Amino acid sequence: MRRGGWRQRALVRAFPYLRPHAGRLVVIITTSILSTIAYVALPLIVKVVIDGPVADGDRAGIFRWCALAGGLAFVEMFLAHTRRTRLAMLSTDLETTLRNELYAKMQALDVGFHDRWQSGQLLSRAMTDLAIVRRFIGFGAVFFVLITVQVIGIFGVLATLHLPLTLLTFAAAVPVVVLCGRFEREYHEIVRRLQDQTGDLTTSIEEGAKGVRIIKAFGRRREVFEAYRAECQKIHDTQIDRIKLHTKFVWVLGIIPNLTLTAVLLAGVMAVGSGGLTLGGLVAFVSYVLMLVFPLDMLGWIMALAGEAESAAVRVYEVFDTEPAIQDRPGAIELDEARGAVRFEGVGFAYEGSDKIALRGIDLDVAPGETIAVVGATGSGKTTVATLLTRLYDPTEGRITLDGHDLRDLTVRSLRRHVGFAFEEPTLFSASVRENLLMGNPDATEQEVLEALAVSQARFALDLPWGLDTRIGEQGLSLSGGQRQRLALARAIIGRPRLLVLDDPLSALDVHTEALVQDALRPLLATSTVFLVVHRPSTVALADRAMLLDGGRLVAVGTHTELLAREPRYRAVLSEEAEDLDAVGEMA
Amino acid sequence: MSALEPDEIHDIDPEAPLDLTGDDRVDSWRGVNIEEVDDGEGGLAGLLRERSRALLGDLLRPHRKAVLAAAAFIALSIVAQLSVPVLIKYGIDDGIPPLLPDGSGTIRPLVIAVLGVGLATVVGAVAFNSFLLLLGRVGQDVVLEIRLRLFAHFQRLSISFHERYTSGRVISRQTSDVEAIADLLGGGLVNVISSVLLMIGIGIALLVLDLELALVTISAFPVLIVMTRWFRNHSERAYRATRDAVALVIVHFVESLGGIQAVHAFRREPRNQEIFDHLDDRYRAANVWSSRLAATFGPGVQFVGRLMTAIVLLYGSYRVLDGHITVGVLAAFLLYLRRFFAPMEELSQFYNLFQAASAALEKLSGILEEAPAVAEPLEPVALVEPHGALRFDGVRFGYRERVVLHHLDLDIPAGQTIALVGATGAGKTTIARLAARFWDPSEGSVTLDGVDLRDLTEETLRRAVVTVTQESFLFTGSVADNIRFGRPGASAAEIEDAARAIGAHEFIAALPDAYDTDVHQKGARLSAGQRQLVSFARAFLADPAVLILDEATSSLDVPSERQVQHALRTLLADRTAIIIAHRLTTVEIADRVIVVDDGRVVEDGAPADLIGGTGRYAALHQAWIDSLA
Repeated sequence: MRRGGWRQRALVRAFPYLRPHAGRLVVIITTSILSTIAYVALPLIVKVVIDGPVADGDRAGIFRWCALAGGLAFVEMFLAHTRRTRLAMLSTDLETTLRNELYAKMQALDVGFHDRWQSGQLLSRAMTDLAIVRRFIGFGAVFFVLITVQVIGIFGVLATLHLPLTLLTFAAAVPVVVLCGRFEREYHEIVRRLQDQTGDLTTSIEEGAKGVRIIKAFGRRREVFEAYRAECQKIHDTQIDRIKLHTKFVWVLGIIPNLTLTAVLLAGVMAVGSGGLTLGGLVAFVSYVLMLVFPLDMLGWIMALAGEAESAAVRVYEVFDTEPAIQDRPGAIELDEARGAVRFEGVGFAYEGSDKIALRGIDLDVAPGETIAVVGATGSGKTTVATLLTRLYDPTEGRITLDGHDLRDLTVRSLRRHVGFAFEEPTLFSASVRENLLMGNPDATEQEVLEALAVSQARFALDLPWGLDTRIGEQGLSLSGGQRQRLALARAIIGRPRLLVLDDPLSALDVHTEALVQDALRPLLATSTVFLVVHRPSTVALADRAMLLDGGRLVAVGTHTELLAREPRYRAVLSEEAEDLDAVGEMA
Repeated sequence: MSALEPDEIHDIDPEAPLDLTGDDRVDSWRGVNIEEVDDGEGGLAGLLRERSRALLGDLLRPHRKAVLAAAAFIALSIVAQLSVPVLIKYGIDDGIPPLLPDGSGTIRPLVIAVLGVGLATVVGAVAFNSFLLLLGRVGQDVVLEIRLRLFAHFQRLSISFHERYTSGRVISRQTSDVEAIADLLGGGLVNVISSVLLMIGIGIALLVLDLELALVTISAFPVLIVMTRWFRNHSERAYRATRDAVALVIVHFVESLGGIQAVHAFRREPRNQEIFDHLDDRYRAANVWSSRLAATFGPGVQFVGRLMTAIVLLYGSYRVLDGHITVGVLAAFLLYLRRFFAPMEELSQFYNLFQAASAALEKLSGILEEAPAVAEPLEPVALVEPHGALRFDGVRFGYRERVVLHHLDLDIPAGQTIALVGATGAGKTTIARLAARFWDPSEGSVTLDGVDLRDLTEETLRRAVVTVTQESFLFTGSVADNIRFGRPGASAAEIEDAARAIGAHEFIAALPDAYDTDVHQKGARLSAGQRQLVSFARAFLADPAVLILDEATSSLDVPSERQVQHALRTLLADRTAIIIAHRLTTVEIADRVIVVDDGRVVEDGAPADLIGGTGRYAALHQAWIDSLA
């Protein structure tokens, strides 16, 4: 809690977001002060009534004062309504702005970042943590001001009523705040623990849901359940700790003010007896002491919230402070037209946090319009090559150039405009088929969409219940793996990008469909530079040349026939015939 | 997209339900979907349906004694709290006069009052703390019980259920719905119970202190009831609007960031941002709507309270002047009033919590009522040493309206490896799933060693029959943990043997921490093929009598597949196996090929025999040979 100066606190950094709301803040604080005055005035009116008109039998006077009290109540309602609506608007606006910016930041962060962070963690930052920050800045901070004003106001009035009693009350209020402060720190720790444990539990829940088929396939229900039970038990125990600590708050806030009241009553009644305090003054004093309980309680709550909000803000700023590994260099070039000449110059790559080198020393020259098959065993670095081309990652050594420009010297957007990409695992979003297809090329014509669907044998999409407007993805109609893969292929080729990166795009298709796609794809491949990651010899037929990767190194480049003839490693990776011969040999 | 200006917010008609589905232009991107399945939300939130009540009763029954004790403590605490103003009244009315210059000078009444307040304070605090602890513990126990029941139940429900009820919903039932209940039990409920009881207590105390003044005070209640009803109606709608809006924000958030590779590759960031800003703005508007309701209701209730204070002061003062009551009574009255109206506002804040929790409880009770389609047998048959003879006897199976299998008779002797071949949708996967009892046939039976699968416990069945699919989900933990999933308790050496047998050892050994490498979620660093190899090692370790491979080799590259095939030859040697594969290389290790078309077996024989014939398999094989050329 006490680390660094207050300026370094993450929470403090969120305060500038209040600046655009200065007008509202003024309204909120003004109405707060005014309504506090109205609120604090009420016991004073009671005092005046009891000491004056009631003692004197002045019925008209009583009525006047009570009418004033009623009027004040009305004014206070109006003030409170204004304050609370402004406050709600201010804090939700603040939260929305922060969330939109956070989302923009998360989207801008590179794929490497997202490899490290689960989307659930990011979600809890964007929803839960921001809501806590909002509550603190919107309510906590404003209430803090309000309550401080209230407490000072009440003590001010008390001092005019009876100074020694006021000092007594003040002496009692100090430990309340101090003790609340201490509990607040403990509370903060428990809340943190609870958040961590909830995060772990959520992971278990997700795995239980997503892995249910595997759990069933192996009949591991009991084991998985026992692990889950242990995690639930942990949360349960932490919650009990939280409740126990909460009762400590209740002790402090329940006992100290009431014991103070006892002392006030004792000393107050004696003061009335000796004439140091009027009867009405005593009633007012008692009212005020009771009135102090709520603000002190709130003070404890705000301190607890401050701790919670600080750690929430730290988590939020952890994301805000991460620099995207992939971004435009100063002076990056906008590449309007691309020919499609690609060069690898001594390219090496290692994933962050991994000692293993995924690629090393790749040199390769690819002419515009050429199709290169990327071939290699599992883990040889094929997919890594593919992801480097569209700058999902940057090489850690050497460089890749497009038309002679280092990819890092181009603006990311202009580079990606020229690259069409189909992933090994087709990612489709919960949106219409059309929206999914047009992701790569929002301005594509209907004609281009239909062409792409034809090439990828994905015309089934037209026969979906609402045609291309049918929602697919997690929240929509579910498609088979082959269907999704064909749509992802269509998405990559819409608009005929100059550079096409296809990562094993036909793996989920049956032999028949695969042949149809290949035939349709052939003319299209001639017009783009294509990197085709393949596992199957049938697909290699589409390529002009093949590059063979082995353990992250480029070991051979050549045509399919050449490599088959001279490169045993190539044969080992690709030739199903060789396999068959082996098999026959073994069986014989 | 700029945020709405404050003035525009006033234009949102709080009377009209917030339209979250309209606005075609911005929403067209989502496309059209079949009517969202009703999760059981809706209806009057105040009324729990019978099944929710039954569930609640069931959950609370073991805690009856604790709840009763808590009730006793809270009653004691309220009595103690209520006695304070009475004691203050006593102190003022009876304690002061003796101390006045013309009084008797005795301080006895004052001391009694002061000691009374002190005692009441301590007793009240002890009782209230005990109440908090007891009820808090009950609440946490109930939440724990709900979590465990739900998780266990979801795991028990059959695959057909999980196919219908997406994993996203399974997760949100166990997270946000359980949390809604936890929020209620963890905080709100305790406050409300004590507030409401306090309010009732104060009402009684007021009536005892002075009937007339009390009646004046209570006359405010009809007004409060009207206000509460207004608030309830509106906040219910606002609350639902908020929930709907936040659900869309979350879905978009998770999906777009989960698929960040595609987002980046296709430069979708601006479009995503546009959609997100829009959804977030709706969420904001719904939140503001709901806050405005509270900002109207809260101060309104407060106003009624303050106005009543003014009226009581007026009328009470007159009654003091008339000698009907003492100043002490008036003071006590005013002190009580401060506490009297506060719970109303708290109730209104509690209402949303309550509503969320009751809607959640409704959904959860619905889930818990769902019977597993594939139920455990009442009288299970033991299967000590499964041999693996599978038999389909007149099996018919329909999925929703469509008949997938018409009438299947199939005998797979123990130890035989069969391959299922056919177009997508021909019924291959259905056969595999029936053999693994992920589904039950609608007619006929599937037997293992002559025992109907429906007579085997899940544990017995899964020890004998294991399925590997192309979906190679890895659990959080190390690679070794994931392989060990096949046989809990397997030693490190056994795990390594399994990995070696399947050809996964080399790549695993090359990982940063070898077998102890954390696979992250979704196996971030492992390629699809590597994950698949881990799944195979897992199945190898499980060592079942029947192994079902459903497209299990599709994401393997040629060398890995070859490796797996070599392993399969030994692995399948003395085991029954059903293989579904697109690749004919995989099919050819089978002893027998079965060609399925439109839910019927059209060819059945040894691969070599079929290739020699003129049937579909021969044609398929020829096409494949051609593709290699």
